[in-house]
Amino acid sequence: MHPAYSVIFFTTASGAGYGLIGLMALFGVLDGVPADPWFGFVGLGIGTALVTAGLLSSTFHLGHPERAWRAYSQWRSSWLSREGVLATATYVPLILTAWGWIIEGSLEGTYGFFASFLAIFCLLTVYSTGMIYATLRTISAWHNRLTVPGYLVFALLTGSLWFHALTQMFGYQTPEVAMVAVVALFLSFYVKRKYWRSIDTEPGPATPESATGLGDIGKVRLLEPPTMTENFVQREMGYKVARKHAQKLRRICFFAYFLIPLILTGLTSNSEAWIAIPGTLLAAISVSAGVLIERWLFFAEATHASMLYYGAERA
Amino acid sequence: MTTLPPPGAKKLGLVIDLDTCVGCHACAVNCKEWNTGGHSAPLPDHDPYGADPNGVWFNRIHTFEAGTGTTSRTVHFPRSCLHCEDAACVTVCPTGASYKRTDDGIVLVNEDACIGCKLCSWACPYGAREYDDDAGVMKKCTLCVDRIYNQNLPEAEREPACVATCPAKARHFGDLGDPNSEVSKLVADRGGKELMPELGYKPVNRYLPPRPAKRSVGDTGAGAGLARLSGENPDGSGRFLRWVDRVLSR
Repeated sequence: MHPAYSVIFFTTASGAGYGLIGLMALFGVLDGVPADPWFGFVGLGIGTALVTAGLLSSTFHLGHPERAWRAYSQWRSSWLSREGVLATATYVPLILTAWGWIIEGSLEGTYGFFASFLAIFCLLTVYSTGMIYATLRTISAWHNRLTVPGYLVFALLTGSLWFHALTQMFGYQTPEVAMVAVVALFLSFYVKRKYWRSIDTEPGPATPESATGLGDIGKVRLLEPPTMTENFVQREMGYKVARKHAQKLRRICFFAYFLIPLILTGLTSNSEAWIAIPGTLLAAISVSAGVLIERWLFFAEATHASMLYYGAERA
Repeated sequence: MTTLPPPGAKKLGLVIDLDTCVGCHACAVNCKEWNTGGHSAPLPDHDPYGADPNGVWFNRIHTFEAGTGTTSRTVHFPRSCLHCEDAACVTVCPTGASYKRTDDGIVLVNEDACIGCKLCSWACPYGAREYDDDAGVMKKCTLCVDRIYNQNLPEAEREPACVATCPAKARHFGDLGDPNSEVSKLVADRGGKELMPELGYKPVNRYLPPRPAKRSVGDTGAGAGLARLSGENPDGSGRFLRWVDRVLSR
């Protein structure tokens, strides 16, 4: 699959945003962080900026952005539509929670109720993003039981590391946040490793023989494509990354999203502010870069069934 | 509505005979010619005579080689929308632009509602949908919905452009939901294949596999005289011809 930069940016930015907002809401309700207006403003503000930038960037690749409102209509069948509905609906508890946290300076009572709703809506929105990919039977690498867990843990991972860096900047002693970050690191390591093993060993059910119905004669290979130049389907669905590059990128990705942030978080989170702030900030930046590579690979390593008509051997 | 309608009795579709298709691309050309003035008009056609021509086509003709050695076959393979019963291109559409008709099962795009997100092209395993960059909307085979019901055309012409033009009569159009239709009988007689049945999209179109190759002289219905000349006759008269061949080859 062609890794479109707008989609990669959208899913990673919105994942980080929903992760951050969801954790802010959760820790706010459970009194894990103080209901300080400035902290609420900066944290929820960054989260909202990430989510909104992601949503806007996802409309850039549309042929008709002015008709985007129509995407709210088909929530009965389409996960893309559900994602749009949920992403928009999340702004309601987000604004109410932000009002409580920033203006009223409290997440007690009704505002706590709104914040709980906010955390649930963040989870559901990321879940629906994952489902858009997981329900595509045409791409066996995505039609995988680990696709949705992958989207969820990477949202938790990026959100928790940015959240951790923020609490350090505000001088809060929150070992619970560091704990969530470390758990998210190990969880994402486990899920991604299992996902990569799974796509390496399960090449997909469809073959050129089944795609052409010519399997009774023998092995089927493409002799001539329809045209000498690439068509839309080949450009959109035909992106291929060399296996040796993919292996190298997986290693870089592993260092960036797991190893470096794990070491930085472990070494610096209990230190004095002048070490802890840059340390946790660097960890968050490293994770974000790692997740960008992870998302790029998620696309580039996926083979679409239609490529069986253009020389692919399995999909 | 992008939820699929309850399955209807009528399932219009194509049956493509891979035995007789000669790979001439006439179906693709006539399809483009009709559809660039029809329901989905115009179809982009960039740099048509230049180094990098590209545009939207609803038919694409691939050529495959099946098997190896003397038993292998070269097969021309026209590919277009298969108007699936479980059309995922329809259910993933967030706007309701993609839809499947209840009356005849044809899958269409309402271009006025399409936002050009391309998700339907990701959901199609057959690569049948092509995006129109100029209009910013997705386009696809309409099964020539503007021909098959067109009262302004003589009745004999009310069939898809690809079927009408095929010089090898390799393309057949009809109701695959009716077991007594000509196309259904053809599928039953020739063992018509469903493409990628393992993915479960239940395509309506069927492909007739090539008939078994004729390899020995007997398969052609040749008489004993021809068989003798080819040296297959056990009475030994082929030996003389082989001796003549050896003498003349010196």
